[in-house]
Amino acid sequence: MPENAAAIALTQVPPISLRRRLVDRLMTGVAVATVIIVLAPLIAIFGYLVYRGIGSLNWAFFTQLPKPVGETGGGMANAIVGSILILGIASVIGVPFGIGAGIYLAEYGRNRFGSAIRFTADVLNGVPSIVIGIVAYAIVVLYQKHFSALAGGVALAIMMVPTISRTTEEMLLLVPQALREAAYGLGVPRWRTTLSIVLRTATSGVITGIMLAFARVAGETAPLLFTAFGNQYWNLQPGQPTAALPLQIYVYANSPYDDWHRLAWGGSFVLIILIVGAISAVRYVVRRGTFGA
Amino acid sequence: MSHASTSEVPDRVFQFVITACGLAVIGVLALIVYELMQRSSLSWHSFGWKFFVSQEWDPVNEQFGARPFIYGTLVSSILALIIAVPLAVGVAVFTTEMCPKALRAPLSFFVELLAAIPSVIYGLWAMYVLVPLLTQYVAPFLSKTLGWTVLFSGPFFGYSMLAAGIILAIMIIPIISSITREVLMVVPQHQREAALALGATRWEMIRIGVLRNARAGIMGGIILGLGRALGETMAVTMVIGNRPEISKSLFAPGYTMASVLANEFSEATGDTYLSALIEIGLALFFVTIIVNALARLLVWTVTRGQPARGHA
Repeated sequence: MPENAAAIALTQVPPISLRRRLVDRLMTGVAVATVIIVLAPLIAIFGYLVYRGIGSLNWAFFTQLPKPVGETGGGMANAIVGSILILGIASVIGVPFGIGAGIYLAEYGRNRFGSAIRFTADVLNGVPSIVIGIVAYAIVVLYQKHFSALAGGVALAIMMVPTISRTTEEMLLLVPQALREAAYGLGVPRWRTTLSIVLRTATSGVITGIMLAFARVAGETAPLLFTAFGNQYWNLQPGQPTAALPLQIYVYANSPYDDWHRLAWGGSFVLIILIVGAISAVRYVVRRGTFGA
Repeated sequence: MSHASTSEVPDRVFQFVITACGLAVIGVLALIVYELMQRSSLSWHSFGWKFFVSQEWDPVNEQFGARPFIYGTLVSSILALIIAVPLAVGVAVFTTEMCPKALRAPLSFFVELLAAIPSVIYGLWAMYVLVPLLTQYVAPFLSKTLGWTVLFSGPFFGYSMLAAGIILAIMIIPIISSITREVLMVVPQHQREAALALGATRWEMIRIGVLRNARAGIMGGIILGLGRALGETMAVTMVIGNRPEISKSLFAPGYTMASVLANEFSEATGDTYLSALIEIGLALFFVTIIVNALARLLVWTVTRGQPARGHA
């Protein structure tokens, strides 16, 4: 009897009504349309950037200082060097703190205090970059009495720490517990286990986090506006105002001169190549498998 | 754990250093709060709550009110959400539920790239491509068809609230979309199978089995996008027109909290002026903190305990 009922039920499934099938098709179409609408500006931005950017690049772009208003030519060499300086300062400050905090979270942070740090890092990640600029201004610029590369570096370092610490934590947690136990079993002290076994095993993952943080802050402009400030000339001193690529793009974009617009597009192209390069490298490393196991 | 007394001292030192690094994270946040509060106290004492409702922004006479900036920030962000949310959720649904497997990875990579473009480059593109496009095609069309509403009335300025809202939308789509994708992925497979077994079409399965279960998480993604839009500085500053006026029309220029900081901070003369700007920064800080905490909480209730990354 039950078998019979089941058989009847199976044969009597009503066909899906036309309306329901149409709605299904319609919604699929809508989803495809959203993808196209979202991809369109991306392709437009990249396409236009490459089109304007490649045309703007030449040897002078990478080697010369900006020309005074009215003269064409010149380059953004000082901004590129300035960006490297500021990012260097940011990395020197931000990377050790970020990795340290990540190690704490992974190895010691399975408690309330760890959760508090984790939450704080997430909150810090959401603070608008311009607000971080204000703080760097308050703690460095007001103290030094003038704008400086150091202030810009501090602002970017603050922005790097949350990303680095959370990815470091994630990567260290992926390291098998058995490795730690094996090291303890051999009498290796905890600090050496953490540094030479756990951190070493997770190196490529940790570097991934650093690269992501780097790519994120490399294009930041807002926190540099009143910290690094910009400079028309060379500067290699951390204590002085310094040009930076994103800052210079902003200044040139707002200028009324065609030749400066050209430089802005060239700068943007260089910046995007740098960032996309970093992200692609990260994806390549991640896909290859972090631990080779 | 360790019985060897020789290793105890370095272990202690190591734990101390590492804990200090962890503490530094909290320390930085505390420092941000302290500096912002301390340096804005002058403005707070002179204007009090009136600061947030007054419309007057007059550096010469040292009268400061943040209302035009608060208004501009809210309107541009809400406009961005209205445009971005349906698109972002659509992309997330497509990539998780409908898309052929081969297309999934490149598609999410492209969306990720969209998130990696610096704000200033969005701004540059918006200034020289989007704004002319809007002026030439979109604004005339909108004013012809929807000109009778207040929103699209009056002359189109090019650098306007509308341009700011659109560029913001393009910028927050990747965030909303990637969080939504993460949330959709942790919806248990049996929910989908159950819906299909009951005879649901694919869309009905998505609606009943997937979206309904992921509601809170999607909301979290949207709020996270809002948090980003509120604090976004460069691209908005470059296209919003930077005029401290409150206009009902989206065609008119405006000003946001982040933009006024970007434009006026390094030129602010006088303690009250600087203090008023920092108070705007403080308000922006608190709003984004609250918005972000709310978003994290919502996302967490959905993805709790489940590895969201594994499926990609």
